[in-house]
Amino acid sequence: MGVAPAQPQIRLSGIERVFHLGDSEVHALRHLDVAIAPGEYVAVMGPSGSGKSTLLNLLGLLDRPDAGSYQFDGRDVTTLSPEEQARVRSERIGFVFQSFHLVPRLTAFDNIALPMMLAGIAPRERAERVARALKDYGLEDRAGHRPDQLSGGQRQRVAIARATIMRPAMILADEPTGNLDRATGDEVVHLLEALNASGVTLIVVTHDPGIGGRARRQLLMEDGRLAHDSAPAD
Amino acid sequence: MRAPDLIRFAGRAATGNPLRTSLLVLAMAIGVAAVVVLTALGDGARRYVMDQFSSLGSNLVIVLPGRSQTGGFNPANAITGTPRDLTINDAQALLRAPAVLRVAPLAVGTSEISVPGKLREVMVAGTTSQYPELRHLELAQGSFLPAEDWNRGTSVAVIGAKVREELFGAEPAVGRLVRIGDRRFRIGGVLAVSGEGLGMNSDELVFVPVALAQAMFNSNTLFRIMVEARSREDIPAAKAQVQDILKLRHEGEEDVTVITQDAVLATFDRLLSALTLGVAGIAAISLAVAGILVMNVMLVSVVQRTGEIGLLKALGATGGAIRLAFLTEAAMLSAAGALVGYLLGQAGAAVIRQLYPSFPAYPPDWAVLAGLATALVTGLLFGVLPARRAALLDPVEALAKR
Repeated sequence: MGVAPAQPQIRLSGIERVFHLGDSEVHALRHLDVAIAPGEYVAVMGPSGSGKSTLLNLLGLLDRPDAGSYQFDGRDVTTLSPEEQARVRSERIGFVFQSFHLVPRLTAFDNIALPMMLAGIAPRERAERVARALKDYGLEDRAGHRPDQLSGGQRQRVAIARATIMRPAMILADEPTGNLDRATGDEVVHLLEALNASGVTLIVVTHDPGIGGRARRQLLMEDGRLAHDSAPAD
Repeated sequence: MRAPDLIRFAGRAATGNPLRTSLLVLAMAIGVAAVVVLTALGDGARRYVMDQFSSLGSNLVIVLPGRSQTGGFNPANAITGTPRDLTINDAQALLRAPAVLRVAPLAVGTSEISVPGKLREVMVAGTTSQYPELRHLELAQGSFLPAEDWNRGTSVAVIGAKVREELFGAEPAVGRLVRIGDRRFRIGGVLAVSGEGLGMNSDELVFVPVALAQAMFNSNTLFRIMVEARSREDIPAAKAQVQDILKLRHEGEEDVTVITQDAVLATFDRLLSALTLGVAGIAAISLAVAGILVMNVMLVSVVQRTGEIGLLKALGATGGAIRLAFLTEAAMLSAAGALVGYLLGQAGAAVIRQLYPSFPAYPPDWAVLAGLATALVTGLLFGVLPARRAALLDPVEALAKR
């Protein structure tokens, strides 16, 4: 192990991911080696089918590689049991999705509280933290609204509040502005960047060069390979 | 997840689709209600019959003429096949048995009873003075047949409440003369209203001394001999002694049947309990059907909520937590159905009791508990498969679906 300036938060080495579609094999990821330091702001870009979503799912422990190792916070997470992986997701990783993925029957308040509920945090502490998050994201007067009563921008702000409520070390955002207009999209990006400024690692998958260009580091995916890395960590 | 959160989450999921939920609850409720109502009917029938038999009297041993059991071929029977009559003297002889407290012979037939201007067909029962004590009958007015020589009999009749009502209306009956068949009787007493009593309604009976009844019907045989044992423990002894005495009197042939009230009661109890159980089993089938419905609905629900399940996994829910959430939902739906069904069933049983007051249609506790438990267990059992399916969903694919 070299003397890295900072211990990488994420180290992918030799990652392979193959999907079997009928008889044919699709190599979604081919021999991928990436390291990302804590607090980095990384945009993953590339055409459709280049493997960027697969990469994000792997990073979020929603998917397992067929080969290679994934070290997160210095420990190999590919060998963890599903329960342990769920715990890592719960405590260390926040997800933001293109289509928001809010639970339609729950209010904004309950949607934001959901990760804490799953983690078994006491209702009193949940209420405090959600109230603070609602305030931080300008949603105080929307607490009792269900997702269908919220605008797109508000929904994504609820989703971001939900992703950050467990104070994760890393936020994974999959086309976070894909379903939003330019102005609200920018607003959401600024929110995510503010989080990054506070020290959270931010990894954004996007088609939009405008958004990708704002990141300090760009990973360009092509056909399952890392075609370009603007600022390799090591 | 904390238990209150789990219940709240599952509850919201269950009520998220009111139509689906209410239909499911209804299906479960019908199953449970069917169990409750049908077992109430079955057990009500059992209680009804038991009550009827108990109202016959207590510690009863009943002698019937003729032998109802087959004992194989006996050459003697080929020659002397006809059973002997059961006579008044036979009945009187039974008083000698040490285990016997009271004896009342019974000869039954139909005849006409008339007062000037009124005539009615009645069932006439010939018996002796101790019949009311034996059968727990109360007299409203006058007294029962006098204690006298069983083979003689004075012309005194005791009439049931309804007969009195129809013949005399508001007028006093005791002491009046009536004609029964072609004989004249003086009314010695009137029985209190006793209601229905297995086969014979004593409100519509006319009692006369047994010797006169036999003369009236021109017969020497008795319909029954009712024997009361000294105590419950004495019943088997009384039965044996009655059999011995009659065998001796009938020249060694066992040509009577002796049954005990207890044995009859026990037989009916077993029979009707089995019937109730069978009916409950049939009703339980509808519970199984409701369980399959729960499974179907939950499976559809898993498909509909695939995205949500993927999200929950992304937010850190373990497969176990998701399985528990879906199981809780299935259990809550079943529990709600069971509760509604229980209330419906009890209401149904109450309606039946209202319509037929003499019929004690109360569902037995075991059936209610079994019905509720079956509903919950089927709901959970059939909820396992959908819950497993939800827990095993691949989060990547689940999230890709909207």
